[in-house]
Amino acid sequence: MFKYYGKLAPYLFLLPAAIVLVIFFFIPFFQTFALSFLDYSKDIYNPAFIGIDNYIKLFNNPVFYKVMWNTFIYLFVAVPVLAILPLFLAILINQKIKGVTLYKILIYLPVIVSIVVAAIAFKWLYADQGILNYIVNSLGFESIGWLTDPKYALYSVIIVTIWKGIGYYMIIYLAALMSVPKELYEACEIDGANFLTKHLTVTVPHIMPTIALVTTISAISAMKVFAEIYVMTKGGPLNSSKTIVYYIYERAFENLDLGFASAMAVVLLVIVMVFSLINILCFERNKYQI
Amino acid sequence: MKGIKFKNLYAHIILISISLLSIFPFIWLISTSLKGNSENIFAYPPQIIPSDFTWANYSGVWDKVDFIGYFINSMIVAGGTVVLNLILSAMAGYPLARMEFKGKKITFFAVLATIMIPFQAIMLPVYLITIKLHLIDTVSNFAGFMGLIMPFAVNAFGIFLMRQAFLGIPREMEEAAIVDGCNVWQVFWKVLMPMVKPSLAVLAIFTFIGSWGEFLWPSIVLTKEAMYTLPVGVNNLQGMFSSNWRFIAAGSILSTIPILIFFLAMQRYFISGENEGAVKG
Repeated sequence: MFKYYGKLAPYLFLLPAAIVLVIFFFIPFFQTFALSFLDYSKDIYNPAFIGIDNYIKLFNNPVFYKVMWNTFIYLFVAVPVLAILPLFLAILINQKIKGVTLYKILIYLPVIVSIVVAAIAFKWLYADQGILNYIVNSLGFESIGWLTDPKYALYSVIIVTIWKGIGYYMIIYLAALMSVPKELYEACEIDGANFLTKHLTVTVPHIMPTIALVTTISAISAMKVFAEIYVMTKGGPLNSSKTIVYYIYERAFENLDLGFASAMAVVLLVIVMVFSLINILCFERNKYQI
Repeated sequence: MKGIKFKNLYAHIILISISLLSIFPFIWLISTSLKGNSENIFAYPPQIIPSDFTWANYSGVWDKVDFIGYFINSMIVAGGTVVLNLILSAMAGYPLARMEFKGKKITFFAVLATIMIPFQAIMLPVYLITIKLHLIDTVSNFAGFMGLIMPFAVNAFGIFLMRQAFLGIPREMEEAAIVDGCNVWQVFWKVLMPMVKPSLAVLAIFTFIGSWGEFLWPSIVLTKEAMYTLPVGVNNLQGMFSSNWRFIAAGSILSTIPILIFFLAMQRYFISGENEGAVKG
């Protein structure tokens, strides 16, 4: 094809996006590392260079280990549930049953509603004399401090994240299920396979790439949770529900210790980049055509 | 035949249960918001249907909280973010799909690399830069809105989505336009842009939803209540009405109505499953 554009044209088209990406992605990316070597805690207007002291402070801080552990629990609980439950629901919906659209709309609803409203709604369910404790009491147990007991607070918050994610991943699975050849199921049915063996032998192997994709994206978003914690627990009680992003926020904007917060941000950056790299290289090559 | 029906019955039971679990937190919030002062909202057993039914909590919270203001702020921010994303993503996606130039590979990988950078990890420098650029509501309302919009004005997902869309257009379209005397800008704006409308619609809808729900960034940069977007305003209800759950519930439900209407109107984009790639930054 003949070249109908001038030498400069491609650069001019790219320029506006490039300006935004440079100012709000690339410069901040490198600056995050730079900030982590500065001490803001003494004079916020004249930070001093302190080398790796923020990292030493971070790695000697018990809260850091608590936060990392909480984040690990978050991944360990939320990711398997979000990889499996939505798949199960997608398989049920995919059977050409009645009311599919209504089910999809209702289950997708939590995805589009503001996380702040969702967190408030759950805070109300979790109230000391709330409806969940009523159920717990009627089953003959003592009331649970859903958000006030360090034993339970983190799990109560994780439930909200799971509840809000199910519909999103279910729709991703539904799209993937369309690509499974129907003949395979028919062959299975002739062999007399039941629901479970049919899907374990046909569906799961066929959509393995999607399962892997859902695993990595739900892991990445679990690393980034903030609003649920901010609205429901503020990381408490006793740091029991504090995760990485909330800790960064707290150290930066409440303690104004930007250097320390940046060291924590670098840790987040490294972990998420590893997950993303796996995701892009293994599961999303086609999407970006690399 | 009998076996199939039996199996579907189980499917329906499970799907109905999950659907109820999905909406129950909202149902309970609505129920609370409609209960009058004479009704104990902590009553055991809990009452879903209010016995002292009233709209008073809605009018009460409406009088004390500037929902219209929050709504307008959210519209400005989400609208501005959508417009910029459409223009910038399309402009950047076009040369990446259709032109040969020096540095194309590097540009491509640089854009791809931004996918791996979570905003939450770089938000501190973004905050410092935003202040340095005076894009903050203490300067002026306009600057405040720009500060909310600009960090999200374009992203890699949008650029790749548009690149993909342009790749799908036959080259003859451009050739014909050039023969007709169009220059490169006209080819882009008048010939190609109308042809990628479906992708633009997808990008617009998902950018809108993302921007509408954004909470972390506005709660960092906003200093004036008059600039609050809906999520920040709703979170603020908790402080304003500390334990008045009737008002908090009514306010939360009120704030949800606009996005609910938007979702129901656009539901096929969300639940068809064709557009999963464009969601979530």
